[in-house]
Amino acid sequence: MKDTWKRFKQNRFAFVGFLFIALILVVALFAKWIVPYDPYFMDSSSPLTSPNGQHWFGTDQFGRDIFSRILYGTQISLKVGLIAVGFSLFFGTIIGIVAGYFGGKIDQVLSRITDVLFAFPDILLALVIMAILGPSLTNLMIAIGIVYTPIFARIARGAVLSIRDSLYIEAARSMGVNSFQIMLRHILPNSLAPLIVQVTLSFAFAILAEAALSFLGLGVSPDTPSWGIMLSEAKDWMEISWWTAIFPGVAITLAVLSFNIMGDGLRDALDPRLKNER
Amino acid sequence: MFTYILRRLLIAIPVLFGISVLAFFMVRLVPGDTVTAMLGTNYNEAQAEILRQKYGLDQSIIVQYGLWIMNVVKGDLGISSLTNEPVFDILLTRLPITLELSFISILFALLIAIPLGTIAALKRNTPVDYGASFFGMFGISVPNFWLGTLMILYLSLHLSWLPSSGFVPLSDGVWANIKTMIMPGIALGTSVGAVTMRMTRSSMLEVLGEEYMKMAKAKGVTNSRLIWKHGLRNALVPVVTVLGIQAGYLLGGSIIIEQIFSLPGIGQLALQAISNRDYSLLQGTILFIASAFVLINLAVDIIYALINPKIRYS
Repeated sequence: MKDTWKRFKQNRFAFVGFLFIALILVVALFAKWIVPYDPYFMDSSSPLTSPNGQHWFGTDQFGRDIFSRILYGTQISLKVGLIAVGFSLFFGTIIGIVAGYFGGKIDQVLSRITDVLFAFPDILLALVIMAILGPSLTNLMIAIGIVYTPIFARIARGAVLSIRDSLYIEAARSMGVNSFQIMLRHILPNSLAPLIVQVTLSFAFAILAEAALSFLGLGVSPDTPSWGIMLSEAKDWMEISWWTAIFPGVAITLAVLSFNIMGDGLRDALDPRLKNER
Repeated sequence: MFTYILRRLLIAIPVLFGISVLAFFMVRLVPGDTVTAMLGTNYNEAQAEILRQKYGLDQSIIVQYGLWIMNVVKGDLGISSLTNEPVFDILLTRLPITLELSFISILFALLIAIPLGTIAALKRNTPVDYGASFFGMFGISVPNFWLGTLMILYLSLHLSWLPSSGFVPLSDGVWANIKTMIMPGIALGTSVGAVTMRMTRSSMLEVLGEEYMKMAKAKGVTNSRLIWKHGLRNALVPVVTVLGIQAGYLLGGSIIIEQIFSLPGIGQLALQAISNRDYSLLQGTILFIASAFVLINLAVDIIYALINPKIRYS
């Protein structure tokens, strides 16, 4: 663990990503006290004001401060990422470990279900699930969670297959340890490395998916300070107010970029053999 | 080799069946029914009953699925309740636009990815490599819908170089058609280019360390021949797989890009089907996109097996 952290810190790119994620987390936690304006407050006297000393990122069509809305947007993005990825991690890992450990027909059935879900492009599957559940933040998180569950299932299954027949698992079996205990105590901890990497990368995907679905009007409610909603609204005004389209997009890109480079760095740190290949 | 291809085909069959089941039942879970959506404010129970009978919606859900899948096998995906046209015909009309968009995206991706990935590998750990790596990360991270928005803002609204939206068919002029497809193609192709560039770089790095490369160099093969003939040719084998998978993802990406640029392709059709609660159209579109995705992956696996002598067929 210590070695992994040391290797991770040596990767300057990844470490910068990690620091930026920490910054996003701090902003999300303390947004209420940091924001210069109420992100929901509509100032009818100053709609579409260009960036200035008072409104650093300008205002939108309702006179709402874009900087404050972007800072609040960190809460939506992180919440979606955390819950959606948590959902996928939980269910995907269970499915993957059960399929990999028991093998046979259970594996066949679970793997085919995973294959079917994989055949749907992410956005299409999320769109249909959102159409079934209806637009809301909770449903959005469930939809994204379902979409990414097969990825975790496949990774967990792969990891289990690589250690299922190891000597220490055989030893545990011969000592009479039951399957549940073996999966929980021995297989899960040894499958963690690829899952941790995938959590980080899926966080980036979840932020992108939330923004995309909100952009299409199938995400959170329109008054929510979500980066995707802000971009969607900007389409109608950007001809006269470029700032409405620029800053939310920069926020999404930086957040996603940070998670991606951190995920890459973690992969290198957890499996140094791969480093030279990238 | 034949056994390998047969095995891959056999695996694809239950997956395609699963897709049909999921496509059918997911659509039935969408709230509101197609008849209510069709009749709108003119809704009355008698008319609704007639329409339900016409579209087979009065039967049990299992029977509805059975009838639907039997027709699907015959190439009949049902009738769109919105336009009253066969879904298959609508898909065929929209398909060329999505195919053209995908083609331009892949072309753009390749033009960027292969040279950049190769140069990055050759100039490993130099500023050129770091720049290419950053492009790779940036391309994966930037939302394609934002990239599209930015291009509209700058190239259409600011410089007036390209139309901000709309589609001109090829039959109305090649240049007019290309002008409507450049921005969507770049917006959609950037992430594909980034992923392919990263793969090209890592694959090229691996090839550069191979014994046969050292041997060729020792035999006095010129640098350019060494890179292009011996290096890139072998490095591109795994790139084909990545590109194939990405081609499948383009189908999903086209949903949002076609919406932004008002391109009447398959992606926009999926959104229209969802917003209009058009069961047949939505089922048909989902089935089409997901099946295309499976078939593309199948084709990629087979091509990969054909071009890569190292693959095991057992």
